[in-house]
Amino acid sequence: MANAHVQPAETFSPIFGRLTLDWIPYHEPILVATFAGVALGGLAVLILMTYFKLWGPLWRDWVVSVDHKKIGIMYMVLGFVMLVRGFADALMMRAQQAMAAGGSEGWLPPHHYDQVFTAHGVIMIFFVAMPFVTGVMNYVMPMQIGARDVAFPFLNNFSFWMTVSGALLVNISLFVGEFARVGWLAFPPLSGSSYSTGPGMDYYLWALQIAGIGTTLSGINLIATVLKMRAPGMKLMEMPIFTWTALITNVLIVVAFPVLTATLALLTLDRYADFHFFTNDFGGNAMMYINLIWIWGHPEVYILIIPCFGIFSEIVSTFSGKPIFGYKTMVWATACIMVLSFVVWLHHFFTMGSGASVNTFFGITTMIISIPTGVKIFNWLFTMYKGRVRLEVPMLWTIGFLVTFTIGGMTGVLLAVPPVDFQLHNTLFLIAHFHNVIIGGVVFAVYAAVSYWWPKAFGFKMSDKWGKRSFWFWLTGFYFAFMPLYALGLMGVTRRMNSYPDAGWQPYFIVAGFGALLILMGILCTFMNFYVSIRDRNENRVGNDPWDARTLEWATQSPPAPYNFPFDLQVSGREAFWTMKQQGFTWPKDNFKPIHMPKGTATGVLISALSLAFGFAMVWYIWWLAIITFVGMIGLGIAHTFNYKRDYYIPVDEVAATEAKGAAV
Amino acid sequence: MSADTHNSHDSHSGGHGTMGQLMVGFALAALLTLIPFYLVMAEVEMSRQTLVAIIMGLGAVQIIVHLVFFLHLNTKSEGGSTFMAAILAVIILVIVLAGSLWVMHNMNENMMPMHDMEQQLEQMRSLQSQQG
Amino acid sequence: MSHSPTASVSIAQHEVHHESPTPIGFWIYLMSDCIIFGALFATYAVLGGGFAGGPGPKDLFEPGFVAIETALLLFSSITFGLAMLQADKGKRDGTMMWLVITGILGAGFIAMEIYEFHHLIHIGAGPDRSAFLSSFFALVGTHGLHVTGGIIWLVTLLSQIKIHGLTGANMRRLGALSMFWHFLDLIWIGVFSFVYLVRLV
Repeated sequence: MANAHVQPAETFSPIFGRLTLDWIPYHEPILVATFAGVALGGLAVLILMTYFKLWGPLWRDWVVSVDHKKIGIMYMVLGFVMLVRGFADALMMRAQQAMAAGGSEGWLPPHHYDQVFTAHGVIMIFFVAMPFVTGVMNYVMPMQIGARDVAFPFLNNFSFWMTVSGALLVNISLFVGEFARVGWLAFPPLSGSSYSTGPGMDYYLWALQIAGIGTTLSGINLIATVLKMRAPGMKLMEMPIFTWTALITNVLIVVAFPVLTATLALLTLDRYADFHFFTNDFGGNAMMYINLIWIWGHPEVYILIIPCFGIFSEIVSTFSGKPIFGYKTMVWATACIMVLSFVVWLHHFFTMGSGASVNTFFGITTMIISIPTGVKIFNWLFTMYKGRVRLEVPMLWTIGFLVTFTIGGMTGVLLAVPPVDFQLHNTLFLIAHFHNVIIGGVVFAVYAAVSYWWPKAFGFKMSDKWGKRSFWFWLTGFYFAFMPLYALGLMGVTRRMNSYPDAGWQPYFIVAGFGALLILMGILCTFMNFYVSIRDRNENRVGNDPWDARTLEWATQSPPAPYNFPFDLQVSGREAFWTMKQQGFTWPKDNFKPIHMPKGTATGVLISALSLAFGFAMVWYIWWLAIITFVGMIGLGIAHTFNYKRDYYIPVDEVAATEAKGAAV
Repeated sequence: MSADTHNSHDSHSGGHGTMGQLMVGFALAALLTLIPFYLVMAEVEMSRQTLVAIIMGLGAVQIIVHLVFFLHLNTKSEGGSTFMAAILAVIILVIVLAGSLWVMHNMNENMMPMHDMEQQLEQMRSLQSQQG
Repeated sequence: MSHSPTASVSIAQHEVHHESPTPIGFWIYLMSDCIIFGALFATYAVLGGGFAGGPGPKDLFEPGFVAIETALLLFSSITFGLAMLQADKGKRDGTMMWLVITGILGAGFIAMEIYEFHHLIHIGAGPDRSAFLSSFFALVGTHGLHVTGGIIWLVTLLSQIKIHGLTGANMRRLGALSMFWHFLDLIWIGVFSFVYLVRLV
């Protein structure tokens, strides 16, 4: 079975490029079954949507909406959908490694297995974690600063749909052609044209490039929002911690993602136009790719975790009934991490020959960066200390995070020691480490954020019962799945192995597989939670401030009106909403004024659709389509600038009617 | 809100500088361009290192001239955000450029330098072709 | 509670009018674009010695040619500055005239660059020849693509100024394009110093 895969012959036709019927994997039963499932599910959704006449509302209220709250929710939906895809890949890998011991080949041939681990990494980072943190920032941050929307509402919509286009391109590769088989960062020369023929690597490049544009623009947008759209009187040092972390994350995005864009563009030139940046011959140097990609890659992990630190800060403070301990140290610790995250990148390739002086420098900087993170851990603990801690579901995730993340952080410090890294580089110890911080940090934070802000977004709480089940399955599942990998890593087991000779390793892999099944239960409980909570929404209705919170987003209605706040606020001091409650603030019931708002537009989704077609055309060398869609994108973009009527006023009657339904506070 | 298209442009006044600024900037930029081109085109006798240092130094000065006189960078506009953003960008640029050079230089020192590898490859190829 | 006595929240007395976020937003975009160029400069710095037995800078670069390109860009920066001064005075025709001249100078620059690239490829010094040439074409080409984009934007904005006049929205766009144009000239300083001149001494 292994090595049975035969790559379809390279052919080229002017109309279909190199796309032939041979590239449709109808001979692979796993993919056919998946496709059948996706097609049937998709068909069912289409029929139901048509039956309930939901197409119009979907288009008007969501797709073309520039409302930051709608866009935030759509990012979260994208994240959860892609989590299912990425997790399916994880289960396949765990099953393979639980089986493929001592001469057995398991059930996934290398050609398929290599695509699975590449897709898992790419999807989980770019299309799960990134949409999640961007979604939470989009939803929460503008309300925390008392704004009505982000600085550039159209750009926000466009950024989201570009991310979707990238995600779709990755998923199309499942059924048309193949995906890359090179690992999630696609190191050359393996990812170069000599060793990765076929469309898989090109799907990777174009998907990330398209999504990356969205990410960069969204970063610019959210920075401008924090800088320019704050309620009058709110000083920088009075912003909620989550807003601070959102600001710093987006600064990191704006300075780090260009490096990714440039690096992937260079690799694209290598593959498409016979350039020699990272090739073995003609003076190219593959190490330069590894150097550049990690200049982006290390800040990227902080891009993922910093907003999560913000989420936990809000939750700890709310559920302890106290202001965050050490506000200023929190801000400065985050700022230090921002800069330090740019001087540690070489610790990803200690073993690749830099020598003692360079390795020492980067080893020390890596250890230094753990200090501000440690400061934060103590800040959260001291916030809880002598507080009246309420163990609601968001707080459970937070405590799970504190324990799990600390363990992950400590294994990270171990890896920061170059001689230790020489032993552990590219072993499962590393895999265990980064899952430890990403699951324990980002995933737990997103789950905490969803359960914390859900009542704000929809006006009812999520089910406690299913929330707790989800938490305990995830927590225990994580430890079962990844603690064995630490042990295996110490035994010297390298990552990405399709099969292994030593049957003594198999029990560890079986335990890890069991852990993955527990996590599966956790994910199923999450979806059950969505279902049960929406079904029982009328019993679980809550007011505008169900958690006795402290920041300004809770001063809106639940769900918030399109304009967030009926009047502009003048703010001074931290924890504005807490101040409002202390003062006995109530929103006026009359004297409303018309509210100035941005209009929705279809330009964003249309350009993104064209970019998807463009990406597909480039992957398959369908040059005519690439030219048409590229010109179309530019043309649509220019046409959009001729539209000067991008705003409208919500009339007083409408504001009054909305406010009558349930004034906030 | 950016949707506001009726914002009068008085918030911009003073943001674009004056004729005087433009002309001073032009004179400085022209001078700072002419010197390095003259040094190279007239093949002035100087050590290579000195020449490189002068050219790069003048380039850096001219970038500052452009920032100040054409892009009107100062510490006050936008509450200092513009200036902070520029400083951060410079820090990151220095890290990316100097860091890459340092890291890649050390790697080439310790591993087989590229040109040696190429020479060896060529030797192997010529050997192969002789045998073939 | 450690709330300072000054902490307070009230309804804002006047309708809040946020300053346009466009200038700072666009500036942040430029900084991020600057880092794309930074990565390309770093690539040129690291791989610029990889000639692979092919031609090097002294075989290929003509300082006189580059000097003319540089002059075109520098003059176009000045004419854009003049356009901005006209726009600040509200003079539409003067603004448009200087913008047209700026565009022509930019187009001249692009024409010279296309000629240079074509010539290099013609004599067998294309980007596929060596890592040095790959990184040269990528860096200079990316700058050229930016200038081309700037010219397309300039033409678009000219027609919008023609239709709507120097309105607030158009002034904001003009301000952003002005930043973009000066920024590209600034990048070019790095290009002519680091890519061309330093390699010729």
